[in-house]
Amino acid sequence: MATLSFKDFKSDQEVRWCPGCGDHAVLASLQRALPKVSQALSYEKERYVVVSGIGCSSRLPYYMDTYGFHSIHGRATAISTGIKVANPWLTVWQACGDGDALAIGGNHFIHAIRRNIDINIILFNNQIYGLTKGQYSPTSKFGAITKTSPYGTVEHPFNPGSLVLGAKGTFFARSLDVELKLNEEIMTAAALHDGCSVMEMLTNCVIFNDGAHKQLSDPALKADNTIVLRHGERMIFGKDRDKGLIFDGKKLRVVHIGEGGFTEEDILIHDAHTDNIGIHMALADMKGPDYPVALGVIRDVRDITYDDGVRDQVKDVMQKSKIHSVDELLHSGSTWEVE
Amino acid sequence: MEHKIIDVADVVIRFAGDSGDGMQLAGSLFADMSAIYGNGLSTFPDYPAEIRAPHGTVSGVSGFQVHIGDDSVSTPGDFCDLLVAMNPAALMANAKWCKRNAMILVDADAFDEAGLRKAGFTTDDPFAELKVQDRNLIVAPITSLTEESLKDSGLDRKAILKCKNMFTLGMACFIYDRPLDYIFQYLERKFAKKHPEAIAPNKKVLNDGFNYAANLQMIPDTYHVAPAHPRKGTYRNITGNQATAWGLLAASEKSGLPLFCGSYPITPATQILEELAIHKSLGAKTLQAEDEIAGICTAIGASYAGNLAVTTTSGPGLSLKTEALGLAVMAELPLVVVDVQRAGPSTGIPTKTEQTDLNQALYGRNGECPMPVIAAHSPAHCFDAAFNAAKIALEHMTPVLLLSEGFLGNGSEPWLIPSMKDYPVIKPPFAKSLPEDGKFHPFDRDENFVPEWAIPGQKGFEHRVGGLEKNHKGVLSSDPANHQLMVDEREAKVQKVADFIPELAVDGPAKGKLLVVGWGGTFGHIYSAVEEVRAEGVQVSRVHFDYIYPVPRNTEEVLMGFEKVLVCELNSGQFANYLRGLFPKANILKFGKVQGQPFLVSELTEAIKKEA
Repeated sequence: MATLSFKDFKSDQEVRWCPGCGDHAVLASLQRALPKVSQALSYEKERYVVVSGIGCSSRLPYYMDTYGFHSIHGRATAISTGIKVANPWLTVWQACGDGDALAIGGNHFIHAIRRNIDINIILFNNQIYGLTKGQYSPTSKFGAITKTSPYGTVEHPFNPGSLVLGAKGTFFARSLDVELKLNEEIMTAAALHDGCSVMEMLTNCVIFNDGAHKQLSDPALKADNTIVLRHGERMIFGKDRDKGLIFDGKKLRVVHIGEGGFTEEDILIHDAHTDNIGIHMALADMKGPDYPVALGVIRDVRDITYDDGVRDQVKDVMQKSKIHSVDELLHSGSTWEVE
Repeated sequence: MEHKIIDVADVVIRFAGDSGDGMQLAGSLFADMSAIYGNGLSTFPDYPAEIRAPHGTVSGVSGFQVHIGDDSVSTPGDFCDLLVAMNPAALMANAKWCKRNAMILVDADAFDEAGLRKAGFTTDDPFAELKVQDRNLIVAPITSLTEESLKDSGLDRKAILKCKNMFTLGMACFIYDRPLDYIFQYLERKFAKKHPEAIAPNKKVLNDGFNYAANLQMIPDTYHVAPAHPRKGTYRNITGNQATAWGLLAASEKSGLPLFCGSYPITPATQILEELAIHKSLGAKTLQAEDEIAGICTAIGASYAGNLAVTTTSGPGLSLKTEALGLAVMAELPLVVVDVQRAGPSTGIPTKTEQTDLNQALYGRNGECPMPVIAAHSPAHCFDAAFNAAKIALEHMTPVLLLSEGFLGNGSEPWLIPSMKDYPVIKPPFAKSLPEDGKFHPFDRDENFVPEWAIPGQKGFEHRVGGLEKNHKGVLSSDPANHQLMVDEREAKVQKVADFIPELAVDGPAKGKLLVVGWGGTFGHIYSAVEEVRAEGVQVSRVHFDYIYPVPRNTEEVLMGFEKVLVCELNSGQFANYLRGLFPKANILKFGKVQGQPFLVSELTEAIKKEA
């Protein structure tokens, strides 16, 4: 098998996102991750299908030189599900925005997670409707001032991580558009995960919601406002790597190493593979100013996948059934002869 | 009194009772038994939307009408020869369907004060109140006789009362000279595994019902309907929804593509999904989706991935699928959408039949969005209609809308089992080679305007499809001239389907005063009505449309051969309006009915005679 490179996944279409849009970085990360995934799993390029709904980020399939399906608003997850069930050999990647996946497509999103269908969902979360020019989305902060909320929203946002884990998701990771290395890392982990993988990408909409994730992306602030979780490593963060997370019996708590009697040994070790969804939920829910926002692979556990289940059941029934052709079907059950 | 068996050409029996009284089972057993005996047959289940509607009320009455004949039978019959009414509400709801000389069999035990009031009777004589006191009334204490019959069976009272339908069926079997063997075999098969203890009591109560009717002095004569003389071969009974599912499986076999059905449960289409879920041994994958939209979208995904993809629904579900239908048109992917129509609008009357989704099927999408629309005309014809829908979808790379009806989906008829060797192979236009630029062009077309199908996994054919307008190469385009071209080509592709479907066959002279036109499930009723008026000497021709869009090539020639064209349909004139738009010179008249019920043959004969 020929080794694939970044260029193999780049289509000849002009990328039409706004200059400075966070989506450029996510696209580049995916184009860099897929050659590695292909290498690791011996996947040929024709095996990839990239699916999307509607919105800025949903233009992504046009920029990938793979099979692609740019569908309708909110329905990417249902289309991905159909593709994967019809042909489990294909590897399905999906691009969708916060409005696309969590508002109009919220139903399909939670049910794909519940079924644990083996698809890889990149959820571009810029907390705004970009393509329709600046209305609030289901992830906009409470009180956000937008074109449709000139006096501020009066509704609570979804935290996509809680939604995924609430639906008993088997894989949830989070990253920021600008964190190219981390993006590649979680995309590769998502590809290796057998089941529904959701990657929340916090992206910046430079036109309608510029700086929404500034607290997490600003080089001066990010070390103290984020924590990158890696399986088997201690949950340590901060510019001076002197802060960590402990569990105090009731909840997670941020402590300073070397203060209050806490040593490095007291800091939690991240276990992405534990069945205990409670700790993953607590990690996914963390937000400033009291907590760092968790990045990296928060949960990655094994469970039966829907596509395998469907395929195996068909195989099983095929072996056990006496009906193997339509002619046999037509003559099954009660029939009678007219001489 | 001497007992005579009188030969009759056909009889119509209507079983009616509370929705928990087992009338659907009694009716379908009578039907199956008659089918195996060789009678011509048509059935019509008529039941409420509620599974167990309020006991004893008119809204909770469930009915099953079966029409058997010594020749082929094309409708379930307008009026019945025997009405079985298990309670006063069933009598109240169904007395109007009795012939002048009908027999009415009621369960006397249910006709108490409370039962009469609940059904809305104001006097103590329900028969006089409904003006049916002069019919042949058989008032039998069915509940107490069933209890007496099974008092030593060991069954509890609840289980005993459930056997009332078998007692009644036993009586009906005596009246219509049916041997009980078939039902005995059925009971043995049904209960053998899980409830072997139920076999003996059910048989006993059936026998006791039969003997009770024989000993009752009130049934002097019984009736015999001789077997029809159908074509030689192996037959089975089939419902429309079962036939639809099987026709799709046949198309899967003939195309070599696995079947994928993404659907959401909805009355009266659900049985198609249920039936396909059983037949995984033929490679069918079914996905019970989270909603109607996911039903069609998973199917579109499966189509893109190379399956024969199907979604099944009824009117309200089709409304929800609308946007995705447009996507399938735009992406030019094969897809079969089955709409088993029911009374609308909105939730309407879910268990009742209509043909009111035609406009939605033809026009219910944004933009210029053509797709072939075809219709099934009888329960067994659903097999061929589904097969043809899939063949058109796969060979012309287009979604196809198949219109069925609640009346067809739930109704059944005997079917001469076909052989798959007589069905054509389905050949989708798989992409085989790349053009000179080395890239697959998803919207290049052949002489029938059909694009090629490149399925993910095929090396070198990577391409993108989607809802945005594109040019032939699959590149996004908002160029005005390109949009016009693509709109015209998608329309031309659908129009070209007309070259691959049969022309209309006129029943009767090709020219004359009156042509009666139908489409879909009204076939049997219109056929019977036309035969009846002809027997009275009225000159009339008849034609039936299985293909709605595009219409068969000779449609204009056929319509223009007549002074008047009377379109009979179960809506307010949707097909008539459509034909008027296509053929403004034809003199098209409407005869519509929107009552959630099939036509009565008598209504049709009257309408035809008025115009003839």
